[in-house]
This record gives sequence, structure tokens and C-alpha cells, in this order.
Amino acid sequence: MKNNILIAALLFAAFPLLSNTLVVCPDCPVNTIAKGIALANPCDTVLVQSGTYYENNIEINKDLTLIGEGMPVVDGKEQGEIFTVENKYFYIEGFRIQNVGRSYVEDRAGIRIRKSTQFTIRNNEFDEAFFAIYLQNSSKGLIEGNHISAHSLEEANSGNAIHAWYCSYLEIANNVVKGNRDGIYLEFVDNSLIHNNLSQDNIRYGLHFMFSDDDSYYDNEFVDNGAGVAVMYSKNIVMQRNVFRDNWGAASYGLLLKDIFDSEIFHNRFNQNTVGIFMETSNRLKIQQNEFSENGWAVKMSGGNQTNILSKNNFLHNTFNLSVHSAGTDNVFSSNYWSDYAGYDLDKDGVGDVPHRPMKLFSYVVSSTPEAMVLLRSLFIDLLNFSEKVSPIFTPENVIDETPLMTPLPVFGKV
Amino acid sequence: MFKIFKYSFFDLIRSRWTYIYAGFYFLFTLGMLMLSSDLSKVVISSMNVVLILCPLIATMFGVMYYYNSREFTELLLSQPIKRTSIFTGQFLGLATSLSVSLLVGAGIPFLMFGVFGSDQAGNFLVLLFNGVVLSFIFAAISFFIALKNEDKIKGFGLAILVWLLLAVVYDGLLLLGLSWFRDYPLEKASLIASVLNPIDLSRVMLLLKLDISALMSLTGAVYRKFLGSGVGMAISVAVLLIWTIIPTLGIRRVCLRRDF
Amino acid sequence: MIEITGLHKSFGKNHVLKGVELSLVPPGLIAILGPNGSGKTTLIKSILGMVIPDRGEIEVDGASIKKAWEYRRQISYLPQIARFPENIRVRELIAMVKDLRGETEMDVSLISYFGLQPFLDKKLGNLSGGTRQKVNLVLCFMYDCPIVILDEPTAGLDPVSLVRLKKLIKTKREEGKLILITTHVMDLVEELAEEVVYLLEGNIHFRGTVAELKEKYQGRNVEESIAALLQKDGPFSLGAVASNGHAKVPETLLEN
Ligand SMILES: Nc1ncnc2c1ncn2[C@@H]1O[C@H](COP(=O)(O)OP(=O)(O)OP(=O)(O)O)[C@@H](O)[C@H]1O
Ligand SMILES: [Mg+2]
Repeated sequence: MKNNILIAALLFAAFPLLSNTLVVCPDCPVNTIAKGIALANPCDTVLVQSGTYYENNIEINKDLTLIGEGMPVVDGKEQGEIFTVENKYFYIEGFRIQNVGRSYVEDRAGIRIRKSTQFTIRNNEFDEAFFAIYLQNSSKGLIEGNHISAHSLEEANSGNAIHAWYCSYLEIANNVVKGNRDGIYLEFVDNSLIHNNLSQDNIRYGLHFMFSDDDSYYDNEFVDNGAGVAVMYSKNIVMQRNVFRDNWGAASYGLLLKDIFDSEIFHNRFNQNTVGIFMETSNRLKIQQNEFSENGWAVKMSGGNQTNILSKNNFLHNTFNLSVHSAGTDNVFSSNYWSDYAGYDLDKDGVGDVPHRPMKLFSYVVSSTPEAMVLLRSLFIDLLNFSEKVSPIFTPENVIDETPLMTPLPVFGKV
Repeated sequence: MFKIFKYSFFDLIRSRWTYIYAGFYFLFTLGMLMLSSDLSKVVISSMNVVLILCPLIATMFGVMYYYNSREFTELLLSQPIKRTSIFTGQFLGLATSLSVSLLVGAGIPFLMFGVFGSDQAGNFLVLLFNGVVLSFIFAAISFFIALKNEDKIKGFGLAILVWLLLAVVYDGLLLLGLSWFRDYPLEKASLIASVLNPIDLSRVMLLLKLDISALMSLTGAVYRKFLGSGVGMAISVAVLLIWTIIPTLGIRRVCLRRDF
Repeated sequence: MIEITGLHKSFGKNHVLKGVELSLVPPGLIAILGPNGSGKTTLIKSILGMVIPDRGEIEVDGASIKKAWEYRRQISYLPQIARFPENIRVRELIAMVKDLRGETEMDVSLISYFGLQPFLDKKLGNLSGGTRQKVNLVLCFMYDCPIVILDEPTAGLDPVSLVRLKKLIKTKREEGKLILITTHVMDLVEELAEEVVYLLEGNIHFRGTVAELKEKYQGRNVEESIAALLQKDGPFSLGAVASNGHAKVPETLLEN
């Protein structure tokens, strides 16, 4: 998969050499981008020099390379979509695209790409571009180094920074996406890589998978979003070395998993999220060697989760380490480090001699009566937890770590 | 009254128990600060301790101080001094010395670690405010109980019972009620219930300050809205004041009727 | 002057004062007598506002003492049982009272009068009973008040101190003050008192001069007179025993 994308990238880079270059600048004979594109032949490069171009609805239907020199500004004056590409090949780099204008009725884009099989969107800036990058029915695209910002306040009239629908073999890397609805939205997107992005302050999700399979995201950072990452109705997703932090709010999660199967969650860091991982009807997930620190709940398992493995993770000072809604599943909790483990290790093998029950009674109470949360940190609750610890009655029998570690594991995640 | 206050205050501030009490706060807070560089976590840990200790210690000191200073009280009663001044002065001296213990004991370590240069300054002040208010409330309640009961054992027992009711039993009943009626919308009811108990109210004020409201989802939103609003804050402070004023008035009323 | 009308006081079921009427006008030295538990201290504490009456009215210098406290400036009071904070020194205690009640210079002469200098830096908890009583006396007499109330002033005092105390009381009387004393020492009554108020069963059973007392009960001295009074009207009288249905009091006790 990675190789394909590399080859594609090499090919894109080779194309401009075989072509002519057409210059656009405010004082040139060709003083609008639309004119430049109309005049260009297939395989040409349109070089746009710095300046502000008030243009929108620029349609592109031929193989073109658009290069901005000195970060030219394309301002839509809030009147509509800016670039609409429907072509196999497309390359754009170095533009600042702004003021697309919000709309409740159409999903206007900064750059829309349809039915492309080789495209690159690189090092552009987007500001208030509604759906900054909108990809449809395309594949083998590289979206790299873009900086996309917006100041969305409500979901209904805001767009996603990078939105992909029915795509495959995308590589989305090193982008910064801030203040949109979803930072990166993927629906029916398969075999794609998302890495080294920073997704911050988005009002819904930092990264959102819907019906997307065989994707991988790694080395990303998800900060202070409605929820860091949501993975829904998907399978075979690899999630590695990401940082999920400060996704803090009444309905916030670091990672939201819903109906996902056969995926791996390795070496991530979850810090100060309301819920580190929330999972529902998710099966056969491996959650290993992650660090959960100072979250409200480190892991919250709602109903219908089966055959998941939660092992070798560090649980450090979370208000609740674990909340499991319904018992009777074959989830495994083993060999984790729990900072509130109070057992001992007489034989000095690094494994506690007493099993640990990560689900406190209060956690159980709260899952059935959420209002009881008002009693958090009250003396009564401390006493209750203590007595439950001494003689467990209420907490699920099989939520138990038989081999709790005495010292935290080394941290693997990106720091 | 000021003179009585002064005598009670200096009498107590020189007492061994006051040093032990302040010393405990000092060592605990200092220890926490040295173990954890994260001020907000130390504020949370201190909150746990303050919410348990302030009411408990105020209750015990209140009763003990009343019974131990009976001689002094009798001496004062035969002097040309107003009765209410004597008892109000003693109560204020007691509550103030407890508060000073808390402020000094818990305050100095935080100051040493530069709390006012951090984003925790507000939370720290709310913590101390609640600790002081709780000290006043429970000192007043226990002083009142002691004044009403000549029998030391009975007074002590009753005061501890009241503490137990407010610190533990109340929350137990609240939890029972919440789980009993969990099919009904309970946000308002639980809000009212926790505003009415001074310990719960202090705890919730602090929890919301420390932004645990997120963990409380819907309920949290209701609480946040209430305590975040000017009216809600005013009501909360009013409730705390009422909790202080009622036993204080009780002290004044009972002391006028008692024989010595 | 002190004016008491219809004073009632009960402690629970124990009805101690049952409508006491008493009017005391300065100058004068009045002994308030009565058996143990007859309510002498209760009466005195009522005047001081330490015991709150159930019914009745007490006026000091023409004004009701209810909810008042300024009038206590007019009273020097010696409590029956001297109870002090244990942990402070004599010097500190005296300074404290001075701070609370106002400046006075009389403490210095009183301290040497009762020979208390060696004890000034001792803690009150460590003093002997008599020494404590002397401290009590200093605190009482260090203010020059028109009304002096002494509840068992002689308790625990050695003969030398007793003589000095009597002398002090006499001077106070000569200064024209109103002095109330309760005591069980009849010689003291004989020596000092002009008038006797006898409390019995919650009421003033007798009031009159010492001479009148002796004459009415035909005793050679106060002691005999009181004994006669008790025999006639008190709990040991024939009538009382008969009505209570108690076993007969031995004849020997009834003689005299
Ligand atoms: N604070 C109190 N509470 C309950 N009962 C009391 C109280 N003070 C006095 N009494 C009771 O009232 C009665 C009168 O007591 P009081 O001290 O006035 O007697 P007294 O005449 O001074 O006796 P004594 O000669 O022994 O000093 C007693 O039965 C006593 O037990
Ligand atoms: Mg007496």
C-alpha cells in the first residue's frame, strides 16, 4: 500500500518537466487563475504569483499542475466553491484559499476533487474554507502539509477540514487542522494512511471513520476536540503512537469505538480526556501498551463488546480506570499496571500476587445511576469503595486483572 | 466581645492541638507538593483531606473547647460582660484559630510552590474558603450542642453524631434515593440535595472548579449552569452563610437561657 | 439596693426557690443562711444573672436585671467554689480580669495583704484550696463596688487569713456598702452580721437582726437559735417527721 503511494508520488513529480508553464499575476496579461486554467493545455503548469485573486467556481477538467508562488491568496468572498476538479490527474501547491462561505444547503469546498486517480494537495493554507478539501470517488491522493483553520461554533453550519467519500489509497500526512467540524472525515475510505497530523479544537471529531476498512493512522495528535477520534462501523484499523489529550467535555472522548472489529490500538497515549476510550459493540480489538493518565474514565465499555484484549497498558491516576457496563463477556484484562493497585509482590517477579479489580464499586454505581456522580470524592463513597474492595459483592466477577504489574511499563507513544 | 475573642483565640492558638492540626496540614500539603509537580492534583488531594478534616476537627475542638473552658466561662459570667458576647467571642476565637491553622498549614506550602503564579490560584482560594467556612459551621454546631448539654459525654456523642450525619449518612441516603428513583429525572433533586448539605456543597463547588463536571455529563451541565451562574453562586454562598448563622444564633439564644 | 419579688427557680423537678421576696438596702451586712441545698447560692447567682429565674423580678438599683449586664459593675462577687482555668498563672489571671473589667490598683495591696506574692507565677491548677480561695478574694475585692456578695468566703482559709478577711469585710461595711454573705460558720454571723435572712424550703423563713433571731428562738447565740429554728420548723421537726412517715428520730437528737 505504501509502495503504491510512493510510486504515485514519483510519477506526479515527473509530470511538470514535460510541460509548459503559464504565469498568472495581478498585473500580467493573464490576471485571473480561471483565465490561466482556460488557456493552459493539458499537462501544463499554471504558476500563480503572489497577490489576491477574488475568484470562485474555478473548474478544472484537464491534467494540470497549479503552483502558487509567494502564497497567492484565492478569496471566494463567501460566494461559493473555489476549485472544482474532475479529472484523473491534479496537483496543487502553495495557495492560500479563504472565505468560501458557509452554507446549510450545499457542501461547498475549497478544493473539490472528483474521480481522480492521481492527485496531490500540498502545503496550502485554508482559512474559513468550509469543506476545505473535499474528495469524492478518488484514489491514490496525497494530502500533505496543509494548514486548515476555521472558527466553527456549531455543527450544523460548519464543514470538515478534510472530507473523503468513497476513496482509497489516500495518504494524509503532516497537516494541521483546527476549528472545523471534523478534522478529517473518512466515509467508505479504504487502505489509507493518516499520519503525523495535528487535529485540534474541532467541534466534533479530530478524525472520523465511517464504514472504512483496512486503514491505519499513526503518530497523530488529537487535542481538545469534541472527541479525539471516532471509529465507527469499520474493521481492520491500526491505531498506533497517537496522542489523545484534553478531549474534555460533557460528551467527550479520546477515542470513540462503535461497531468496529479486528483492530489494533497500540502505543497510544491518552491524557486528560473525559473518557480515554469509549467502546460499544466492538469485537476482537487488541488494546496494548497504551498509557492512560488522568482521564475521567480510562476505558469505558458499554454493551456488546466481546473478545477484546486489554493488556500491558499503564493506567495512571485516572478518576476511574475502567467501567464495564454489562458483565458476561470474554474480554481479557491482563498484565496492566494500575496506579491504584495496593497489592504486594512477595516473590519479586514484578507481578502482583493479588489480583486487581479495576472496576470500583462507585464506577458500577455511576454506570447505573449517572446522577450519583455528584458524590464523587465524598467520604461515603470512599468508605463504600473500601468495603467493596475488602469483600467484593457488586462489581463484575470477571473484570479482573490476575497479573497486575508492580511497575509501569516503558512508554512507547509519541511524546 | 473582642476581648473574649482575643483571649479564646490566643489561648487556642498556643495550644498543642492547634500546632498538631496545623502541622498535619503543613506536612500533608508539603508532602503532596513534593511528590507531584501538578498543582491541580495536589489541590484535589487537599480537597479530600480538607472536606473530611475541617468538619471533623471543628466538631471535636468545638465540644472540647466548650467543656474545657467552663471555669473561664464562669469567671466571665460574673463580670460585667454581656452573655452573648462571651459565647459569641469564644466561638469566634475557636473558629478563627481553626481557620488560621488551616490557612497557615495548607497555605504556606502552596505559597512556597508558587500557587499564585499558576492557573490553580482560583481553585486554591476556593479550597481555603470552603475549609474556613466548614470550620466555622461545624465549630458553631458543636459549640451549640455542648452549650445545650451539660453532660460532657452526651454532648460529645451528639456532636459526633451530627458530623456523621452530614459527612457520611446524608450521602448514603442521597445515593439510595438516587438509585431508587433513577427512572426519573433527578438532576434538580440531586442538585438541591447537595446544595443543602454544607459538606456536599463545598465538595461540589470544588469539583466543578476542578472541572470534574465533564464526568457528570447531563447532571454536570445542570450543576455547572447553576453554580456557574451569578444567582447559583449567590445561593450557594447564602446556604453556607445560613449554615453558619443558624447555629451561631442558636448559641446566642441558648446561652441566654442557661444556668451556670 | 436589691429588690427581689416572687422569685421562682426550679432545676428540673427540684423546686429550689418558691417565690422569694427580699429587699436589701445599703448600707448593711446581711447573712444569708440556710441548710445545704436550700438555695442560697442559687439566690445569689440569680442576682448576678448567672442563674435565670423561672418567674419573678430582680431589680438592682431600681432597674430590672433581665438581659442587663452593666449593673454587674456595681457588684463584687466571690463565688462559692473558685473555679479557674487551670493552665494559667495567678499573675495572668489577675491581668486578664483587669483587662476585661478595667484598670485598678487595689490588686497590689490585696496580694500582699493575703500574702500571695510567692504564688504569682504558679499555675492555678497547682495551688492549694486555701490559696485558690485567696486568689478568689483578690479578684473579688480588687474592685471597689457598692454591693459585695460573698458565697462562703471563709472556706479553706487558715486562722490568720480569716482574721484578715473579717477585717476587710468590716472596713467595707464601714465604707457604707451593702454586703451579702452566705456561710455555715455561725461565729462569723455573730461577729459580723447585722441582719440574718434564713432560707428554708424555698422561702425566706426568717428575716431580722441577730438580736431578733436570738429572741425569737431563745438561743444564747446564733447557733443555738438556728438549731431551735430547725427543730421547730425544719426537716428535723416533729411535725415534719410525722408527716413524712419516717422512722422516729432518736429522742436524744430532739433534746435541747
Ligand atoms: N445548675 C444546677 N443544675 C441543677 N441543679 C442545681 C444547679 N445548681 C443548684 N442546683 C440544686 O439546687 C439546690 C440548691 O442549691 P444551692 O447551691 O443553691 O444550695 P446552697 O444553699 O448554696 O447549698 P450549700 O450550703 O451547700 O452551698 C440543690 O439541690 C442543688 O442540687
Ligand atoms: Mg451554696
